[in-house]
Amino acid sequence: MSATRQLNGPRVAGATTNRRTGPSGWMVAPALGFFLVFAIIPLVVALYLSFTRWDAITDPAWVGFDNWASVLVDPVTIDALVLTIKVIVISWIVQTPISLLLGTWTAGKQRNRAVLAAIFFLPLLLSSAATAIAFKAILDPNFGLSASLGIPFLKQDWLGNQQLVLFVVIFIIAWQFVPFHTLLFQGGVRQIPASLYEAAEIDGAGTVKQFFNITLPQLRYTLVTSSTLMIIGSLTYFDVIFVLTGGVPSAGTRILPILMYVTGFSASQFGQASVMAIILAVIGLAIALLLTKLSGFAKMDSQQEGL
Amino acid sequence: MSTTNRLTKPGALGTASLDTVSVSTAGSKRGRPGDHETRGRRPRGARRKPNIVGGIGAWIWLLIIVLPIYYILITSARPQAGFFSSNQLIPPTDPTLDGYALVLQSDFFLYLANSAIITIASVAVTVFVCVMAAYAIVRTNSRFTRGAFSFFLLGLAIPLQATIIPLFYMLSKAGLYDTLLALILPSIGFAVPVTVLILSNFIRDIPKELFESMTVDGASSWRTLVSLVLPLARPAIVTVGLYNALNVWNGFLFPLVLTQSPSNRVLPLSLWTFQGSFSVNVPAVLAAVVLSTLPIFILYLFGRRQLISGMTAGFSK
Repeated sequence: MSATRQLNGPRVAGATTNRRTGPSGWMVAPALGFFLVFAIIPLVVALYLSFTRWDAITDPAWVGFDNWASVLVDPVTIDALVLTIKVIVISWIVQTPISLLLGTWTAGKQRNRAVLAAIFFLPLLLSSAATAIAFKAILDPNFGLSASLGIPFLKQDWLGNQQLVLFVVIFIIAWQFVPFHTLLFQGGVRQIPASLYEAAEIDGAGTVKQFFNITLPQLRYTLVTSSTLMIIGSLTYFDVIFVLTGGVPSAGTRILPILMYVTGFSASQFGQASVMAIILAVIGLAIALLLTKLSGFAKMDSQQEGL
Repeated sequence: MSTTNRLTKPGALGTASLDTVSVSTAGSKRGRPGDHETRGRRPRGARRKPNIVGGIGAWIWLLIIVLPIYYILITSARPQAGFFSSNQLIPPTDPTLDGYALVLQSDFFLYLANSAIITIASVAVTVFVCVMAAYAIVRTNSRFTRGAFSFFLLGLAIPLQATIIPLFYMLSKAGLYDTLLALILPSIGFAVPVTVLILSNFIRDIPKELFESMTVDGASSWRTLVSLVLPLARPAIVTVGLYNALNVWNGFLFPLVLTQSPSNRVLPLSLWTFQGSFSVNVPAVLAAVVLSTLPIFILYLFGRRQLISGMTAGFSK
């Protein structure tokens, strides 16, 4: 046995393939196990629970499609879905231009750039709970920061007003996550070959023209990645809204994950909440797959052809 | 030329991810005056003319970032007496650490310890199983490992929120509800996909010849893992370690749903309960915010480069 090994060893290693020299595939098993048990199987269990009535005290009881029927026609669910889409769209419109601008700028070589970039990163260190608690104090109409600035416009009941609170949430999400997307764009801009800009300069293109004709087209894949993460992120936004609204979110902030939590853990309708969980998972996966397809990652090779 | 190389690496969601890592480790002294172009710095797409719009935007955004942080810091040191009548923008004339003292006396160290336990345990196990998995994925070209890899990629898109109800059900059934283990296990499950992705992209860059010479020397795959992969992949391991630590440390939803008793409370959840019990004591609540962020901030001071590259490693290209 060991003799055979020794005979085989060098030949296999030295020549044609490395198929036989690799470690055994079972080394993937522990990671796969954790992933399956705590990320994939829960989705299957959620599907099962969505067909039951469960209050977390007694055992789940099979009810067929009852939950699905009631959740899908419930105007509250529809409202939550519409609100979720609203948050996704407005968040994207707010965050993308800011991140693009800041990312392009921090990729440059200005003085202070490194210092500013380091400060921009700070919000990413705070937990969402901490961020939400801080903003709740800041936005308090009576003794918050807005009251001290002395600008009447800022002295509003930001969190109590149903129309305003959504924009407050979107602002806080931007405060937290623009730094991350700035980093993505910064990395993207830095990989654009300088020769493109040199050529543009010889042709007499100005800064703005360079941005729209070189930077932006070159960043299209980064843009797709950033958008995917932004959309999935907004789809699942929970912590900030939950803490900001003191755990009892009003209709103005009840996006789908919040409604799911409230339906389950507050109203003990875990079956119906599981329907919402499945809807969330399906939308999340669908968006990710769609954007991956659209972005044409397979075409990556030709992106830089001829350079 | 090296730019083209990096950009043409094929793959899916996390293509070319390790650029960020290699760049940032090579150029870690970037930004110091008089610093010369180092190895990792390739020609940048930096523009010759100053980006004025970007500059103005950057300074405005700086204000937006700094103002709340400034407010948190000065308010946490504000005396509670006369709090409601003072101007919030001006630092307190008689700063006090009363708020901090109150937080520290309210079982803060218990919550800190709980957070530390779940973070260290999750990160340690995640890194261990993922280094193994990534090594096998890169070096074994079997249908099983390829399938596992695509499966992990898909896992990146699973919203964590969608699993809280079934996890609550499963962990209750298993008798793990309201234990720290109930936080550790799903945290590992959700950290696996991105960690495997980043690590395997990095290990893929280790020259094939090194693996082959290990085999010629008769090293087992364990031996290769320990003496070749671990040392060479260290930058990536530090990166994913810090990134996962940040996520677990700041996680709110799992603790909210999967634990209940104060003895198993972690820091983010304790902020939430502090807010409930101190309600009108805003300085104390904000002191708790500062204290809970402090450990991560210290980590940031020491591992800024790795942390930043960790955040973008799986996604940038």
